[in-house]
Amino acid sequence: MSKSIKIRKGLDIRIKGDAERSSIEAPLSSTYAIKPTDFHGLIPKLLKKVGDQVKAGTPIFQDKYREHIKYVSPVSGKIQEVKRGAKRKILEVIIEADKEISYEEGSPVDVASLDRETAKEALLASGLWPFIKMRPIDVVANYTDTPKSIFVSGFDSSPLAPDYDYLLYTRDKEFQAGIDILNKLTDGNVNLQLRAKGGADAAFTQAKKVVANKVSGPHPAGNVGPQIHQVDPINKGEVVWTVNAQDVAIIGSCLLTGRYDASKLLALTGSEATNRKYFKVIIGANASDVLNGNSNTGNVRYISGNILTGSQIEADGYIGFYDSQITVVPEGNAYKFFLTKGWLIPGFKKLSNNSAYPSKVLGPKKFDVDTNLNGEERAFVVTGEYEKVFPFDIYPVHLIKSVMINDIDSMEKLGIYEVAPEDFALCEFVCTSKINSQEIVRQGLDVIHKECM
Amino acid sequence: MKFLRKILDNAHAKLNKSEKTKKLFPLVDSVDTLMFTPNHTTKGGAHIRDGIDLKRTMMFVILALIPCLLFGMYNVGLQHDLANSTVEWSGVDQFLYGLMKVLPFIVVSYAAGLGVEFIFAIKNGHAVQEGYLVSGMLIPLIMPIDTPLWMVAVAVIFAVVIGKEVFGGTGMNILNIALTARAFLFFAHPTSMSGNNVWISGFKDLKESGNLVDGVSGATPLGDLASFSQDQSAFDALHEVTYTIPLDSLASVAQNEPTFNMLDNVTDTIMVNGVEMVETVKTGFIESGHSFVEAMWGLYPGSIGESSVFPIMLGAIFLLLTGIASWRVMASFFAGGLVMALILNQFAGENAYMQLPAIHQLMYGGFLFGMVFMITDPVTAAQTTKGKFFYGFLAGFLGILIRVVNPAYPEGVMLAILIANVFAPLIDHMVISTNIKRRLKRVKIA
Repeated sequence: MSKSIKIRKGLDIRIKGDAERSSIEAPLSSTYAIKPTDFHGLIPKLLKKVGDQVKAGTPIFQDKYREHIKYVSPVSGKIQEVKRGAKRKILEVIIEADKEISYEEGSPVDVASLDRETAKEALLASGLWPFIKMRPIDVVANYTDTPKSIFVSGFDSSPLAPDYDYLLYTRDKEFQAGIDILNKLTDGNVNLQLRAKGGADAAFTQAKKVVANKVSGPHPAGNVGPQIHQVDPINKGEVVWTVNAQDVAIIGSCLLTGRYDASKLLALTGSEATNRKYFKVIIGANASDVLNGNSNTGNVRYISGNILTGSQIEADGYIGFYDSQITVVPEGNAYKFFLTKGWLIPGFKKLSNNSAYPSKVLGPKKFDVDTNLNGEERAFVVTGEYEKVFPFDIYPVHLIKSVMINDIDSMEKLGIYEVAPEDFALCEFVCTSKINSQEIVRQGLDVIHKECM
Repeated sequence: MKFLRKILDNAHAKLNKSEKTKKLFPLVDSVDTLMFTPNHTTKGGAHIRDGIDLKRTMMFVILALIPCLLFGMYNVGLQHDLANSTVEWSGVDQFLYGLMKVLPFIVVSYAAGLGVEFIFAIKNGHAVQEGYLVSGMLIPLIMPIDTPLWMVAVAVIFAVVIGKEVFGGTGMNILNIALTARAFLFFAHPTSMSGNNVWISGFKDLKESGNLVDGVSGATPLGDLASFSQDQSAFDALHEVTYTIPLDSLASVAQNEPTFNMLDNVTDTIMVNGVEMVETVKTGFIESGHSFVEAMWGLYPGSIGESSVFPIMLGAIFLLLTGIASWRVMASFFAGGLVMALILNQFAGENAYMQLPAIHQLMYGGFLFGMVFMITDPVTAAQTTKGKFFYGFLAGFLGILIRVVNPAYPEGVMLAILIANVFAPLIDHMVISTNIKRRLKRVKIA
């Protein structure tokens, strides 16, 4: 049964710099990277050495503890470098790309003929498995689980989000193939959430074998977290899987062609990006291919992903595995005198969800922002502000406090199984005390993962 | 501003030179972060953050207190002028007199409180948090004007150390800091915190020097009312013996107690009929100028900032518009007080205090000041949305109950809010328990 969901709590952050709906084929990068850090909790076991030749679809490393999950090269070429950080943790495996991509040739898969086990094998063998994430914990899914349902969000409501209808344009068949194989993995539904208002691309509206739910309301309406909470909430011991819409199409395309073709559209957004368009890239591409000539340089921050949950990268860093967006915003590393620019200005142009700034009512349509913290970290003082932007039947501050004191019992009772760090992004944004709640929730999930799963 | 920035940067650099002075960083840091929003950028998580911070939040509460403060200064001067038979002042003189009297309170309150905060910040190696900015302004406003300054300092130190720092500092306290300071003085030095001699600046001296204007009792309106109603039984007893006691001796009994001052006007009535007395006292209360309009402007003796409804309402509007204070707590506190006052009206019988119309009841004393500035303290209030309604209602309900029914003291809002503070975590616990149960129920249904 498809549902109609109204999200009442939340916040659409209106900032400058959304992308224009036209796309450019980005040049093929000279280097690509696959970053174990994109997959939280992964401890990689390298399968290739520096200097080895790989093709697109060749496994480069696997999960040390879940050996069937393989992470494959997005392009063909030579492994150039394995970048390590503290304690020799692998940060990036960099691949020097060939001029022309050659693929590990597989045969097209007839999804209809698969059963659950063979479907899993097909996904694991082709390196497509990491696209599937699980809730709780928000990590790459366990292939031994059978999820009670699978969720795909058909839109992104985050600030400057790419338009999924544009990302999926003309990919109807591939999207359907992806949905088909997801259906093999669960006894429950594959839920596809679409905006209640406005049309969606044919890939979404024509999709079969999905339960299409309509969602209205502000961000985080497009996040799978609140969608799952409304449609099929997770209780202790239950598992739900989630896949990004564009990744469903990538899965589908790989199954249809038998080749690991991880090309996707990526939106360049943010006030410091000058040529804000969509770029056709391959997963793991070097950001410089997109940024060169299309963005300001200097005192700016490059974010792979959206401005609330993305990760900071260098101008020549690599785009995150799950990201369909690069955001470029000015750094806010300047002192601001309290009466002219700082904390006691009237603030008609200051972005805030707090009525203590008149901008909430009288502000411009779109705000200029920078990365300044706008204050210092403090203890929790103000109450009720998280609840305004947190569309779960969960007490966010109490959940965070239970994580802070590492009280597993309370975390379970207060609903940690239903949340992921991204669900707290808005809480973190509005927090008067500047508490890094996403990081805290992640810590809590790690504890739960270790102790309870 | 570059000039200022340079000075601060130099100060930081100097402190960083040696390990010993490094510990003193809160001293420079607090000035620095007051003058400049720091250049800290987001690290991980959300890359942009809301413009709001704790400094702005706290400063807005102080802005909301400014009307009460200015009014309080004026009223201190006015009450002194009214009581002092030797001076005849203009409004400006009255304000200046009040300014000179109130300013030392503010200085002492901030010096003592921030002093403690700095010591703990240096000892624990963290920056000074903003919590005391508001408490430091609230404490002078809820003191009687004749409280000795050393007492203010002691109370502040007690409240900040025992009320806050032992629990972990700003954001961790269970009891409202300002009310903790007041409650400390109230029980440790009751003669300086209650009675009729403390509400008018220099009242005792005027009395001793004989310069007191005739008929000025020094009591707050609620003090008047409480003394009438609570001594009703005494007067009933007197009624029994009225016929045996000479008229003038009864009059002298009434006059020995300054609280009975107002009875002067009605002594004759008492003589005629002791029961009728209560009625007369009630109308006497209204007739002697205690009216709706009086409460609105609040030009009567009381704690420095609490008596006038008008500036409190200005503050309330500001806090509600800016969303700093919770309307849920304020509204439910008012509702709680109103319900209790109406209940008391029903059972008032001959008790003048209980007969006071509900709206009047709420406009006098510290009720509205408590509603706008005390009960809304987010740290000590209930934190859950539903809990806020229960919490506010409980405090308002108890506030009027304690005020009217207790025999010792004509005000109860302070104690009621402190009691509600203690119950706030329990209220939250109950609200959250229902949430947890709801989640568990979901499993059983599925």
